[in-house]
Amino acid sequence: MNLEEYRGVWVFIEQRNGKLVDVGLELLGAGRDLADKLEVDLCGVLLGHNIKDLSKDLFEYGADKVYVIDDPILEQYRSETYMVAVGDLVRKYKPEIFLYGATSNGKDLASAVATEVMTGLTADTTLLDVDLEKRLFEASRPAFGGNIMATILCKKHRPQMATVRPKVMKKRDREEGRVGELIEESISLQEESLRTKVLEIVRDTKKAVNLEDAVIIVSAGKGIKDEKGLQMVRELADVLNGTVGASRDIVEAGLIGHDHQVGQTGLTVTPKLYFAIGISGAVQHTVGMENSETIVAINNDPDAAIFNVAHHGVVADAFEIVPLLTEEFKKALQEEAKEGGVAHA
Amino acid sequence: MNILVCIKQVPDTKIIKVNPKTNTLDRSSAPAILNPYDAHAVEEAVGLRAVHGGKVTVLCMGPPQAKEAIKKCVEIGADEGFLISDRRFAGADTLATSYALYKAIQKMMVDDGVDLVLCGKHAIDGDTGQTGPGIARRLGIPPLTNVIKIEEVDLENQQMKVHRKIENGYELIQSSLPCLLTVEKEINEVAYSPLPNMLRAARYTPTIWTVDDLNDVDIKQLGLKGSPTIVGKMWPPAKSEGANIIEGDVKKQVSEIVSLVLEKRELFEVKGGE
Amino acid sequence: MPEKFDVIVVGAGPAGASCAYTCAKNGLNVLLIERGEFPGAKNVMGGILYRKQMEEIIPDFWKEAPLERPVVEQRFWFLDKESMVTTSYKGLEWGKEPFNNFTVLRAKFDKWFAQKAVEQGATLINETVVTECLVDEDGKVIGVRTDRPDGDVYADVVVLCDGVNSLLAKKLGFHKEWKPDEVALTVMEVMKLPKKTINERFNVNDDQGVSVEIFGDATQGALGTAFLYTNKDSINIGVGTTLSSMIKKKMKPYKLLEYVKEHPMIQPYIEGAESLEYLAHLIPEGGYKAIPKLVGDGVIVAGDAAQLVNAIHREGSNMAMSSGRMAAETIMKAKELGDFSERVLDSYRTDLYDSFIGKDLKKYKDAAHTFEAYPQYFEQYVPLMNKAMNTMFTVDGTPKWDKQKKIMQSFTAGRGKLGVAKDLYRAWRVVK
Ligand SMILES: Cc1cc2nc3c(=O)[nH]c(=O)nc-3n(C[C@H](O)[C@H](O)[C@H](O)COP(=O)(O)OP(=O)(O)OC[C@H]3O[C@@H](n4cnc5c(N)ncnc54)[C@H](O)[C@@H]3O)c2cc1C
Ligand SMILES: Cc1cc2nc3c(=O)[nH]c(=O)nc-3n(C[C@H](O)[C@H](O)[C@H](O)COP(=O)(O)OP(=O)(O)OC[C@H]3O[C@@H](n4cnc5c(N)ncnc54)[C@H](O)[C@@H]3O)c2cc1C
Ligand SMILES: Nc1ncnc2c1ncn2[C@@H]1O[C@H](COP(=O)(O)O)[C@@H](O)[C@H]1O
Repeated sequence: MNLEEYRGVWVFIEQRNGKLVDVGLELLGAGRDLADKLEVDLCGVLLGHNIKDLSKDLFEYGADKVYVIDDPILEQYRSETYMVAVGDLVRKYKPEIFLYGATSNGKDLASAVATEVMTGLTADTTLLDVDLEKRLFEASRPAFGGNIMATILCKKHRPQMATVRPKVMKKRDREEGRVGELIEESISLQEESLRTKVLEIVRDTKKAVNLEDAVIIVSAGKGIKDEKGLQMVRELADVLNGTVGASRDIVEAGLIGHDHQVGQTGLTVTPKLYFAIGISGAVQHTVGMENSETIVAINNDPDAAIFNVAHHGVVADAFEIVPLLTEEFKKALQEEAKEGGVAHA
Repeated sequence: MNILVCIKQVPDTKIIKVNPKTNTLDRSSAPAILNPYDAHAVEEAVGLRAVHGGKVTVLCMGPPQAKEAIKKCVEIGADEGFLISDRRFAGADTLATSYALYKAIQKMMVDDGVDLVLCGKHAIDGDTGQTGPGIARRLGIPPLTNVIKIEEVDLENQQMKVHRKIENGYELIQSSLPCLLTVEKEINEVAYSPLPNMLRAARYTPTIWTVDDLNDVDIKQLGLKGSPTIVGKMWPPAKSEGANIIEGDVKKQVSEIVSLVLEKRELFEVKGGE
Repeated sequence: MPEKFDVIVVGAGPAGASCAYTCAKNGLNVLLIERGEFPGAKNVMGGILYRKQMEEIIPDFWKEAPLERPVVEQRFWFLDKESMVTTSYKGLEWGKEPFNNFTVLRAKFDKWFAQKAVEQGATLINETVVTECLVDEDGKVIGVRTDRPDGDVYADVVVLCDGVNSLLAKKLGFHKEWKPDEVALTVMEVMKLPKKTINERFNVNDDQGVSVEIFGDATQGALGTAFLYTNKDSINIGVGTTLSSMIKKKMKPYKLLEYVKEHPMIQPYIEGAESLEYLAHLIPEGGYKAIPKLVGDGVIVAGDAAQLVNAIHREGSNMAMSSGRMAAETIMKAKELGDFSERVLDSYRTDLYDSFIGKDLKKYKDAAHTFEAYPQYFEQYVPLMNKAMNTMFTVDGTPKWDKQKKIMQSFTAGRGKLGVAKDLYRAWRVVK
């Protein structure tokens, strides 16, 4: 393939029943920087039904062009249809870089498209850049397994594709009135010829856990050993009115659900206060919490890597110190409550 | 109903230890295991077989030792196992992997067809989850990812309904058969294998195929050669100036933490507002 | 319909692997059942593997077995608080084929050994716990029940190699709960150290190992010993005493190990070593007197399950292997006769008693109890030895002759000449 033919940075814009999903805007922010370095257009790819107007927002968040396919067939996300639609666009307009949010549907689509157009795809990236003289896309993520970052390159294939963790990239401030070029395309598929059909979408609105919006997160790692240790952490979270987070190891160990997992393949969080209890601080975990305002780490190993990202650290046995903390906070907060200082507790 | 499950042998990243100073993996500490999500895929296949009859076959690409992972699947209840193992597969990224697996599946389908292909949500050595949809695309069948429940299988009309996990919820989606599912752990509990399965697994030797056993393979699409992505530079995560370590006995440590937290009053006002 | 094998072996330690290997090699259809994730996963041993008995099962095993180091030097330390008396023998011939004995890490060794049995045709299943023997109405053992669904499996004969507190033999009424003075509790740690450091500290090169047996203050006077063995790039350090003396002295095992690790005579050897794993395990030390019923209709007990351990010289794996092998040989005879009754299988018991196992255990039958009954050996004499040497070698102008008198007095001070003589004679009797 002639790489020169491929120009422009594309972002897949995810929408759920007519509303933009944040990650799309975040990627426009990151994509804008890449596009400026490469001196090319930043383009959004917007699929769905009755969603054309959303393009206005996309321009205001930094898109130069928006490719829209507005068709009933695309109302609900389906790999089957989206893969074909996006595949056709790529073959026709030849972007050099293509970013997707690492959401269920984003990952699903990116994987299918990568095979559809036979190119490379890097999963769960947390850092994006370009090597200008080689004109190469540098998509970085924690290396598989290791406590180390790796840059993944895609030298001989285009587009260079990556899925990007939500909440990692920053969206730009909205630029009121900023406009761009809207390119409308159509899709050739007929509903009759399709093999999948979304019958129903169920969202539990009272979302069990909501780490992303939590102000205080108390996270537990392998160091808390078992159910009992986790309970101890839960109690601390309760007095602080915080939310319980977790490292992948205790999620994998089945102690707590995946929706509590913080990190590269969990959630990215930025609370005001983050407790890391019995967490070693592997990069896969830290990429998900390092931007918290204040990080307090409790670990009995003075060499634990977590102390490199934490603001405050205590070298102590969690089983000893956490119950004490719970006690003290309880007392202190009750005091303040009496004095009417603190609203809750 | 003929079900094919793609399974991978992975280093147990829960156990694998990283040396915090050198940032290197202590591989010796990581035994090779069956990718946990794939175990759930096999369990689901075995469950479907119990209801609809048919056969459960597992397919794995990996080094010769990977036959241990296949034996694990036989313990869970798989009927047959195929290992495709060849230097020329080595160094494959997800695109090259899905190609090799696709070629193997094609060859299997010569003798008897496949109604359903199952994969894990992702392999814990990479957490990418890209291989499944890749295989589906190559086979030209619909991929249904992150499945947490199989609602119904209707062999008459060659259809099935499943729950796909999506952000804070799920979707009920219907697909014609054959199709490919990637499964989440929620989909089932992997049962404690009965003794006859253990005995069968202990004696079982999977069929091993090399590239030459597969039909019209394009060597250029295999292994490292067939992998568009390559690892560029690697570097240790940026170290900040490091934490201020709170010294002293536990009492002192506790009181210091408490006070530094309480200084951040806004924490509690915000909360109070809810 | 549950399967039927010729032989079911419960437990893939040295005893079980030897039995399964020998049976399979002779064409029997063998099932080897192990509860661990893999053979050796949780198995504990200080680490000295004796060549002789292993060789009788797999000749030249050292050419392929995962061994750590051949032991070329055996040291004996008699510890006091801040001194020790040592003796040792070093022989480089032990570093050459056919070697004398080796240090091993059981997790590696057992896995390999069981695999050899599989290569001979045995069927191995892991992560499966045998919960009881299946017994027919005439009291004959006809198979085992495992903790798995459809978990029954049958065989002509079942060999119990399930280790020290053999619940299975107990359920058959072959023995009662071991008495506290019949088992020692040993705790040990595997500690990582660079090859080079080990070589320097123990004055050996890469393919030479050292075993150190430690008496006296290591056990704080309790009946027992500590040990220090060199692996390739790690050290096994452990200490054990009989349960009874632990109870008597109200000692916590891990506390004792900490004490050993911090002892000024020992600490320098493990300085800077990183602990890889911590293990605790019982060793049967009842010896000859505690050997339980060994055979029944369709069942044989071997290895630790049969209390076959020489407490004094800490030999166990070798007896486990030989007993496993002898069980296999008996089973072959029984197979020919087509009769697996206790009467036929009993030749295992007689073989065992006629072998070095029976003889050694008999020889030392009183040792443990003697030392248990007369604590002065560990509590007084080791310190006295140290004091003696100190007096002897401190150059302070006192004539050597007077020194010897002083020493003799210090020895007899507590118990009087006769008492000491008795003690020495008794000790010599039981360990000679
Ligand atoms: C592809 C991939 C993706 C991954 N994604 C994620 C992810 O999204 N999120 C994630 O978290 N991980 C992820 N991981 C796993 C990550 O690499 C680490 O393995 C994991 O974060 C380690 O979890 P941990 O710190 O809880 O356990 P460990 O690394 O075992 O750390 C336990 C810590 O507890 C300390 N400790 C032990 N006892 C005590 C005690 N009594 N008191 C105090 N401290 C104690 C120990 O010193 C140690 O530092 C991923 C791995 C891979 C390969
Ligand atoms: C700290 C320590 C140091 C020692 N040092 C030495 C030494 O240096 N040299 C030496 O020769 N001996 C030594 N010994 C003694 C030696 O370890 C034992 O004598 C030897 O391991 C006995 O082998 P075995 O096969 O009889 O039992 P084990 O090695 O205990 O094997 C029993 C096996 O059976 C399995 N099992 C148990 N119950 C069940 C069940 N219900 N179902 C299925 N599987 C089951 C266990 O998992 C295990 O794998 C030491 C022992 C200890 C504890
Ligand atoms: N080498 C392989 N052999 C067989 N199946 C694989 C292999 N690699 C990945 N898979 C399948 O694809 C799923 C996702 O893997 P991954 O894309 O690597 O996260 C796994 O759960 C397996 O079902």
